[in-house]
Amino acid sequence: MQNGEILTIQPEDLLSECLKRKEEGYRLVQISSVTTKEGYELTYSFGKGYELSHLRIEAEPGAKIMSISHIYKCAFLYENEIHDLFGVDIELITLDYHGNLYRIGQKAPYQKKEE
Amino acid sequence: MSTRSVVPFGPQHPVLPEPIHLDLVLEDEKVVEAIPSIGFIHRGLEKLVEKKDFNDYVFVAERICGICSFMHGMGYCESVEHIMNVELPPRAKYLRTIWAEMSRIHSHTLWLGLLADAFGFDSLFMQTWRIREKILDMFEYTTGGRVIFSVNKIGGQRKDMDAEALKKLLATLDEIEKDLRSITKTFLNDSTVNTRLRGVGVMTKQQAHDFGAVGPFMRASGIGLDMRNLGYGAYPDLEFEPITSEEGDSYARTYVRIQEIFQSINLIRQAVAKIPDGEIAVPVKGFPKGEYFMRVEQPRGEAIYYVKANGTKFLDRMRVRTPTFANIPAMLEMLKGCQLADVPILILTIDPCISCTER
Amino acid sequence: MSIMNFTKTVVKNLFSKPATRMYPRQPRNYPARTRGHIEIDIDSCIFCGMCSRKCPTGAITVTRPQRTWSIKRFSCIQCGYCVESCPKKCLSMHQTYTEPDGVKRTDTFAGPPQAAKPAAPKAGVPAAPKAEAPVAQKAETPAAPKAEAPSVPKVEASTAPRAETSAGVKDGGEK
Repeated sequence: MQNGEILTIQPEDLLSECLKRKEEGYRLVQISSVTTKEGYELTYSFGKGYELSHLRIEAEPGAKIMSISHIYKCAFLYENEIHDLFGVDIELITLDYHGNLYRIGQKAPYQKKEE
Repeated sequence: MSTRSVVPFGPQHPVLPEPIHLDLVLEDEKVVEAIPSIGFIHRGLEKLVEKKDFNDYVFVAERICGICSFMHGMGYCESVEHIMNVELPPRAKYLRTIWAEMSRIHSHTLWLGLLADAFGFDSLFMQTWRIREKILDMFEYTTGGRVIFSVNKIGGQRKDMDAEALKKLLATLDEIEKDLRSITKTFLNDSTVNTRLRGVGVMTKQQAHDFGAVGPFMRASGIGLDMRNLGYGAYPDLEFEPITSEEGDSYARTYVRIQEIFQSINLIRQAVAKIPDGEIAVPVKGFPKGEYFMRVEQPRGEAIYYVKANGTKFLDRMRVRTPTFANIPAMLEMLKGCQLADVPILILTIDPCISCTER
Repeated sequence: MSIMNFTKTVVKNLFSKPATRMYPRQPRNYPARTRGHIEIDIDSCIFCGMCSRKCPTGAITVTRPQRTWSIKRFSCIQCGYCVESCPKKCLSMHQTYTEPDGVKRTDTFAGPPQAAKPAAPKAGVPAAPKAEAPVAQKAETPAAPKAEAPSVPKVEASTAPRAETSAGVKDGGEK
């Protein structure tokens, strides 16, 4: 109950899964991102009452992910942060800061560095 | 057709404890839209995970924010302990709960003082912070620090509270409760305070759900979720109910936080009566491997700690989703339609903790 | 709703003494557990280096051959790890805080010379990649090219050269 099940999906199915969750009454809890050996792993967490369930997308560097901020209006802040820190390309965010959310000197500091 | 003007709010403002910038689009004194701009104190603390041993990272996690400091350390330790399957001794769980509830009283009392300062009611602000000094003295007596405690470690606690300290804690709580009952009468009943708070910044239940509000902000609009019911720490043994209100305006948010202070005092009394004897820490060996989502009820709302570990002494990723990060979009929705003079009060009623938000 | 709710508190405060104290004229009494600064009893220190390995900020530096222990006062976060991990319990936490200063100072304490101490050879202290190299305890390598190493034969086993000094001879040290 604390951890929730994690469902891995393809980037194309993201919008339809989110719409399904919204119809069932889930609220968006958080979006986080981890740098892995192959690229990035984005985890979307949804909550209903005290339960949690997660969607996971494994993306290549340079992949384009669709924004869910038209379905869940609070997602714009998370997506801007992931774009700023990891360099993931997220398209069509409702309020897009174009990389200026955090005023940092380095571009995408948490991104995996090429050795 | 009236003209629109854009007024900047912040990052320096007498009412804000921490810097946040908003661009307010106004139509003749009424706010039409607000665009936030954060990032003034981004320190990149999450990147330090790659350089610090996971045992030493507790100290970094504690220093994310000054007011929520204990809960950040606790949330980090609990998530790593879940990954490593470490079972905490019962006394350690009770100690964590007692310190966490004291943190909650401290945070809400600080917030009440800032709210009074935002109206301009400076004497009430000073009297409320006089009560807060008693809690800070109690922290220093038991942990050694007023703001940063350094009592959490992976596997338990580093310091204990003996019977004499617990008795002194209960005596201090009795004094605090008596003082608070008379001060909060002013907050809830005084007519000038009421005119500024009632009916201002209404957030309906549906809006709170759609925009992802958390914590007292959400509970004041009628959604009764409290993450302490999830069962971490000593909470399964203690009895309490989430406090909600139906109106959803600033008065309801003040009311919810005041009742939470009294609820915390009650919880500490229950915990001190039931605390078992025993050891306060277990030795931890090896490195963590796996991932976990841990949810903790901080004074400002629900915080999520996501830890991913790969079997070495450096963690892969440590992510904190703090409550203010979730409350900012809801706050922007609430600001639409209010008067310009109400904006500082409305921003304060979500209890913004910007240094947590930007880590 | 009523007015004049606050009157009782105002009148009470008019006739009572202030809640603040006249610091610094009236000094502050810190409770016993206050974490102010670290003090060391240098005579009992064995210079093993455990405290500097455990320190999360790297504020402590221990040099074994010269027998000095130094701490960067402004890097110390008063966490207490060093106090917990010292095997001889010669470190302690005191209540007064470090005074504000214009420069970041480092305090160094030098221990008494080792001449008359027959130190028993300890079992190998585990190596850790921090500033101090691990102490090599192999008794079969007495060729320690240290000018300060005392000539007591037993002691030579426990004062093997450190990697950071210019000698840098790796004689059985676990690197």
